[in-house]
Amino acid sequence: MVRHIIPKDLNETLRYLDEKTFRVIAGGTDLMIQKRRWSETPPAFDQDMLYILNLPELKHVIKTPEGLNIGAMTPLEDLLDHPDVPQLLKEVILEMAAPGLRYVATLAGNIGNASPAGDALVPLYLMDAKIVLESLEGQRTLPIENLITGPRQTIIRPNELIRDIIIPHQHFTYARFIKVGTRKADAIAKVSFAGAALIEQGVTQDFRIALGAVYQTVIRNRNIEDTVVGKTLSWLHTHKQDLLDAYEPLIQPIDDQRSNKTYRKHVALKMIGDFIDRLE
Amino acid sequence: MAKLEFKLNGTPVTLDIDPSLRLLDVLRNHFQLTGSKEGCGEGECGACSVLLDGHTVNSCCLPIANIQRREVVTIEGYATSERFKVLEEAMSHEGGSQCGICTPGMMIAAESLLNKNPHPTETEIRIGLSGNLCRCTGYNMIIKAVQRAAKKGEGLW
Repeated sequence: MVRHIIPKDLNETLRYLDEKTFRVIAGGTDLMIQKRRWSETPPAFDQDMLYILNLPELKHVIKTPEGLNIGAMTPLEDLLDHPDVPQLLKEVILEMAAPGLRYVATLAGNIGNASPAGDALVPLYLMDAKIVLESLEGQRTLPIENLITGPRQTIIRPNELIRDIIIPHQHFTYARFIKVGTRKADAIAKVSFAGAALIEQGVTQDFRIALGAVYQTVIRNRNIEDTVVGKTLSWLHTHKQDLLDAYEPLIQPIDDQRSNKTYRKHVALKMIGDFIDRLE
Repeated sequence: MAKLEFKLNGTPVTLDIDPSLRLLDVLRNHFQLTGSKEGCGEGECGACSVLLDGHTVNSCCLPIANIQRREVVTIEGYATSERFKVLEEAMSHEGGSQCGICTPGMMIAAESLLNKNPHPTETEIRIGLSGNLCRCTGYNMIIKAVQRAAKKGEGLW
């Protein structure tokens, strides 16, 4: 018999997690569909469930000297309305979820679910987001790319909960998000791309690219990015092909019902090339 | 089983129920509120839309556990409001309801949009209704209806 617990506050939640293993559910917009059965029957949950969407301690957006601290259960809708949330993340939210999903869907849900096609993960990788995990033992903070290890795999321990998402302050002169999907409002991505750069006096000070749905996790490669930093814009434009050649082996998509690997790879490389072309 | 308390169409209710059940099923089976429809059952079509604290949500993806101590308004509850009457007249005037299956969800999404943005542009209306599919493809009439409602119901939202 599966147990269902609706804890009242964070402390009670952490005590339950410490006691035994639960499946944590946030808004439900992924899990309820993954575990869906016939109409009028409960979903096929096979683990004890902990419902945390309404925990008051996890709903906030706070500006700190370090960056923006987003409570794990803050609805995407609240992020859209918040003046300090980076525009890039807002653009992603508008394309990842229709209004009916946004008011219950959360960033933490997208992170915990760790889908290679999780749209919100792409800007979070791009913006060097850090994830704060909490258990009764205390807190630890990890870069998102160290947290997600593979498709639907994270290193979150059974007694830990995602508590906050920290987005460091961003300073870019150009940023772009592109999602390739069949329907603008809420389709799951075939490929997604985020790029950002800081160009000052014709010199590249910062250059970042993140790609979704073309590998087991979101791709972000700092070695390639580092080769660009400090170079002039004209260097960047004349070395476009070299950069594409560097990214090419990293892009290892799969065939599935949404798309195929040939198309995904082709489009991913085109988006990188287009991003470089647009920099000025 | 768990004890759940929430407000449904303005009335406080208490239920002892499996908290993993979809809000949609509880509304339709337990409360006989059948205005919310099941189209796709996976958050794509919006036929199951209801208002959660005034915001449109897909009740087919929402475990009832998540509405603990919150407020749900279905199309039946919304239908008693002045705003509904304005929207209803506008939908009727513009021919925004054809087969009718998407209509309750469209009305809920329109209310959610107008509540947040009483003077939406056409693009904002399209985005506001982007989670609701009309298989009769009567989108233009529905969008005109929202524009008409925003104008006729000036001050209501």
